[in-house]
Amino acid sequence: MAKQKSPEQKRYEKIEQKHEAKRPVVKNCIKAFFVGGSICLVGQAVSYFYMYYFHFTEQTAGNPTVATMIFFAMLLTGFGVYDKIGQFAGAGSAVPITGFGNSVISAAIEHRTEGFVLGVGGNMFKLAGSVILFGVFSAFVVALIKTLLLIWGVI
Amino acid sequence: MLKGKQSWVFPNRPVIVSSAAVGGPFEARGRLANDFDILHDDLWMGQDSYEKAHKLLLEEAIETAIQKGNATKEDVNFMLAGDLVNQITPSSFAARTLGIPYFGLFGACSTSMEGLALASFLINNQGAKTVVTAASSHNAAIEKQFRYPTEYGSQKPPTAQWTVTGAGAALLTDTDEKAGKLVTTSATIGKVVDLGISDPFNMGAAMAPAAADTIIAHFQDLQLDPAYYDLIITGDLAKIGSPIALELLQKEGLQIDSEKFKDCGLMVYQEDQKVQAGGSGAGCSAAVLYGHLFNEMRNGKYQRILLVATGALLSPLSFQQKESIPCIAHAVSIEVHP
Repeated sequence: MAKQKSPEQKRYEKIEQKHEAKRPVVKNCIKAFFVGGSICLVGQAVSYFYMYYFHFTEQTAGNPTVATMIFFAMLLTGFGVYDKIGQFAGAGSAVPITGFGNSVISAAIEHRTEGFVLGVGGNMFKLAGSVILFGVFSAFVVALIKTLLLIWGVI
Repeated sequence: MLKGKQSWVFPNRPVIVSSAAVGGPFEARGRLANDFDILHDDLWMGQDSYEKAHKLLLEEAIETAIQKGNATKEDVNFMLAGDLVNQITPSSFAARTLGIPYFGLFGACSTSMEGLALASFLINNQGAKTVVTAASSHNAAIEKQFRYPTEYGSQKPPTAQWTVTGAGAALLTDTDEKAGKLVTTSATIGKVVDLGISDPFNMGAAMAPAAADTIIAHFQDLQLDPAYYDLIITGDLAKIGSPIALELLQKEGLQIDSEKFKDCGLMVYQEDQKVQAGGSGAGCSAAVLYGHLFNEMRNGKYQRILLVATGALLSPLSFQQKESIPCIAHAVSIEVHP
């Protein structure tokens, strides 16, 4: 919990607010919408590719599509492009599966110098770990709610 | 010699015989590229880790400064250096290579002036004949420690700053041949100031009050008018912090011309380099002062300058624990001896 601010700190906050550059939220949202949308469009194309050229259905094409998208993210991260896309697109490149891939891969590259076990292995999920934890937990909660609603006959 | 509450004056005027600045690829594209002695075109600098590259920067800066001063490592009594990596390993490892008796300093990005103030004090008071002082930072090594992996695609806010890959070193001696040479004349040691900013992506605003506090103390202790200096330069307040500091100073009644109030973090890069608010890091003020500003002084552009290096004394742990950012600033005045 943040400490109570002293009167001096409050006075400074006012001066600081006047000079602080604000995040361009609307512009960031628009950029995120289009870049995120484009990434999903590529994902959709990959998904159709697996459905038309291989024996995948709409339900089963998800797994190879995700793997392919992460592969693209790996290449872009390794060539040093993904962080630049991230600075431009913000949530647009962070939210899709490629963002998850980027968080794992960038941490793996970063800690390569500390060796494979303690470096790559120990740090790979430094950022993605909480995504996995809270992702799995929220899926559990949603599934629980659905199950209860089904038992009670609401849906 | 103590003057006022927290300042030293150096009547013996320690001479800065030589200085050197080393930079990385991003700095090579910056505004001050010509003022670096060595520029690397790769962040790895032929090493197998960024931390080793960081150490190399510092070694090169110190070796170049010693060489330019026509001295040898054996002539140097003490080395005062620091950086931002955990346990200041790049500085200590460089001291291992150089074999010079060593003081490891930590004042975050204010280390450059902490070192120069102490080096001047040592020489002024016959504690040493020759001292080398340096500070350095390496973008990838520091980002790795304080922020996210370098290739992670996070969006930095416009208040964020870019850690400079660079090192600066200065060689000071107690020689009597002072005419036309750069000398240090006084220093003010700052206190830790915390006005409640807790966003590590807004360091300029966090550090501005510390800079203002030290500058006010400097003029009070030395009974000087700001017009005495041709230039007052802060370390790495950048776009947000610099105008805040100026406003705080003007509120305290110090008449400082905004043309004469500069910031190393705003000088080091070009407009089109995407560094958000500006440069930062222990190497920022060191490389700009020991490279660019000293060259300008040697060319006669400035006679008297006051450099106020600012440091944010946070750790990755302290900001995750929601602590605000305590900051510090140290000032050293450098003049061309008549």
